[in-house]
Amino acid sequence: MMHWIIAPVLLPALLAPVIGYVMRHDITLARVASMAGAVGLLGIAVHLVVMASGGETLVYRLGDWPAPFGIVLVLDRLSAVMVLLTAILAVIVLWHACASGWDRQGRHFHAIFQFQLMGVCGAFLTGDIFNLFVFFEILLIASYGLMIHGGGRERMRAGLQYVVINLAGSTLFLFALAVLYASTGTLNIADLALRLREIPADEAALVRVAAILLMVVFAVKAALFPVHFWLPGTYSNAPAPVAAFFAIMTKVGAYSIIRIHNLVFGPGVEATDGLMAGWLFPGAVVTIAIGALGVMGARQILPLVSFAVVGSMGVLLIAVASFTPAAFAAGLYYLVHSTFAAAALFLLADLVLHRRGSGALATLPATAQNGLFAALFFGAAIGIAGMPPLSGFLGKLLVLDALRAPEVIVWAWVSVLAGSLLTIVGFARAGSVLFWKSTVVTAPASASTGSSAQDTPAPVTTAELVPVFAALAMLGALAALAGPVAGYFEATALQLFDHAGYIESVLGTGRGE
Amino acid sequence: MEVVVASSIGVLTASGIYLILRLRAFPVILGLAMLSYAANALLFASGRLAINMPPVLSKYGEASYTDPLPQALVLTAIVISFGMTAVLVMVALASYLEAGNDEVNMDAPGTGAADEKAGS
Repeated sequence: MMHWIIAPVLLPALLAPVIGYVMRHDITLARVASMAGAVGLLGIAVHLVVMASGGETLVYRLGDWPAPFGIVLVLDRLSAVMVLLTAILAVIVLWHACASGWDRQGRHFHAIFQFQLMGVCGAFLTGDIFNLFVFFEILLIASYGLMIHGGGRERMRAGLQYVVINLAGSTLFLFALAVLYASTGTLNIADLALRLREIPADEAALVRVAAILLMVVFAVKAALFPVHFWLPGTYSNAPAPVAAFFAIMTKVGAYSIIRIHNLVFGPGVEATDGLMAGWLFPGAVVTIAIGALGVMGARQILPLVSFAVVGSMGVLLIAVASFTPAAFAAGLYYLVHSTFAAAALFLLADLVLHRRGSGALATLPATAQNGLFAALFFGAAIGIAGMPPLSGFLGKLLVLDALRAPEVIVWAWVSVLAGSLLTIVGFARAGSVLFWKSTVVTAPASASTGSSAQDTPAPVTTAELVPVFAALAMLGALAALAGPVAGYFEATALQLFDHAGYIESVLGTGRGE
Repeated sequence: MEVVVASSIGVLTASGIYLILRLRAFPVILGLAMLSYAANALLFASGRLAINMPPVLSKYGEASYTDPLPQALVLTAIVISFGMTAVLVMVALASYLEAGNDEVNMDAPGTGAADEKAGS
């Protein structure tokens, strides 16, 4: 019964080598196995959400070692819903990779993708901070492989940059863990939380250093200013399905901040009191501004979407920065929304790019099915910019509603609202240039060269459109079911702030204060 | 001994950061390797420095021992950083072969706003 908790890590871990070694010569077989794995993961994730929805914090002890000594996996509402989000996104992205043929452009796409799933699910489930580091490395090393999938000059260059910045981040993670272990003598997250509450404020210098180092590491993952700069270059040059799946990678950083910096260094801990919000909040405000200005300044479609992702991370982290249950609930709703919105935009941008041949935001002859792409683009743009009727509007509304405290309201509301306005303008301009003004251009030159007959891609098939529609349908479903979903996240946030309950579940009775 | 360990970690970190900032593939690889050595040494030292102590509690008498957990952590970290360095070398090599130079920065036109941001 409890063994289900480790299933999201085991299933991809066992499937990946089988795909890599046994099925590497048969792409159809690899596709079927990979898709079956993702669907299986989805089933497991649904089961985990049902298990966690009772409000209990379930603990899986590896090797049955008691908690502070052995490694534990912890399932609560937050980790269950993050695994479910990963699984849904994986199915959507895999479908797109198979339908568009991206998985053929290099080798071992499906095997690396399964390892990536293993790393992401493990990072969401683990209850040990060194184990979190290990799962970070697993998901990173898989993401290096996915990032340079297909090759090419620009992608290799961007991939090198991505590897370098993340290796530097991993080193910082190790420094932080060493400092944390030296000052507390434990690496179990619940035990850390317990020990840190006993450290008096005047002996907390090392712990404060570790807290800030960990914040920098997670901020690199979450693309928070001033360490956001790798994201546009990476996402713009990654293969489109990979960029769409990377939408969950930034959320891993945000999840880690929510988990570690709330539970271990969070509110009520004397040693690190007030340390986080003072850095996180201004960083998130600047991140929103950079995202919005980047959307306005982008001259290509993929950087446009990438900067929109940066902006959405800013909105998410501004909610996280206040460390209150209401803001966490709003932030989690927005987290789920922004993942699907970013994925929809990347997948759609891939379909458009494939037909236009150039990502430049300039008028080119209209492609076949221009109207369909225009409608989908504006649907996804409405989603990410945060206009009704899709869930982005509700998400931003919840975030704004949660940030009413007098010391944050001015900066938070101004940055979120102005950022949304600039994003709307940027996407409206991009969409009208890409789809509406292009219908005016007749462009006889390219039609008369004769090469167009073989260059013109086939009209989009239903199979290629399914993932985009699925991602947009998720946005619609999030908006339609906003009541129950927001209710679930409110319960999640309350559970996150029940620090004593978490510590007691992991370490056994009587230890949680 | 503490001074030697602490200052060598500091020197390794400083030279690692300096080499990363050179923004050429080979110095960056060396710099990251040095940073990971520094991280491993710090991780090892986080269990307190002790000489000639067993890593497990002795059944007989003296309770002096050195913490075994950092040693296990360091082994994990060494394996991971070794693998990561190998991947980094392969990616850097591929990037060099594709681009013809070993600069880490994105400087080529064609990616619009992305390379301005990524390069700054």
